[in-house]
Amino acid sequence: MNAEELRQLKVDKVVDARGVACPGPLLEAKRAVTGVPIRGVMEVVSSDEGTTEDVPLWAKKVGHEYLGTVADAGLWHIYLRRGK
Amino acid sequence: MIGATEMETGEHALPELAEEKPTPHGLSMVVFSGELDKALAAFIIANGAAAMDLPVTMFFTFWGLNILRKDGPVTFASPKDSTEKMFGMMMPKGAKHLKLSQLNMGGLGTRMMKRVMTRKHVMDLPTLVKTAQEQGVRFVACTMSMDLMGIRKEELISGIDFGGVGSFIDAADSSRISLFV
Repeated sequence: MNAEELRQLKVDKVVDARGVACPGPLLEAKRAVTGVPIRGVMEVVSSDEGTTEDVPLWAKKVGHEYLGTVADAGLWHIYLRRGK
Repeated sequence: MIGATEMETGEHALPELAEEKPTPHGLSMVVFSGELDKALAAFIIANGAAAMDLPVTMFFTFWGLNILRKDGPVTFASPKDSTEKMFGMMMPKGAKHLKLSQLNMGGLGTRMMKRVMTRKHVMDLPTLVKTAQEQGVRFVACTMSMDLMGIRKEELISGIDFGGVGSFIDAADSSRISLFV
């Protein structure tokens, strides 16, 4: 999905992990995903660039679909679709 | 007839069982070091692995045991001898009191590092320990080092197992990643 498509997604849950360092955003994503409906969309907002690697890898490992990342003004918005 | 069926199943069961050894999965770690920076690395990796749904076992031995010590006074079931008391006094009492392995500078470097960690929102070690436990990371304290250093069960945090090298090898053999920190 391109940046425009990602921005227009209907997001079921936003995880605000701004200002949190590794492994914080990953832990917050893991905690939050249980509150997202199956096939629902979760957006993780992080100020830590490592999160753009960590969250997609985590998603793949545990069975969520990684949709893409939008970089914007020092923040990264990572979009996922909950798998199970 | 029933007996024959059972015999057949029995003959087939053995080779199949042998083949069905589960694929190694998860992370096992020896936490040998009792310094702040090394403990941080160990716990960040453990928490990351647990977040990625890997089963994690951390085996604490030697200086690493100090990370699991409780902060504050402990009543012992039986009194410690003088060597045990000395060890107990000289070693850090828990995750909050560890020093950096480098640039400690009599505690100055450690204090600076902790300040920077707070400013940059890096989780502190006690929080990482607690989060690891909440995520189901298994802690095993090495009973041989405990005995050697005079560390008693009652001075360690709750929710941990106690074991020897066999316990680590068992965890390592069934995990795919194994680290020594």
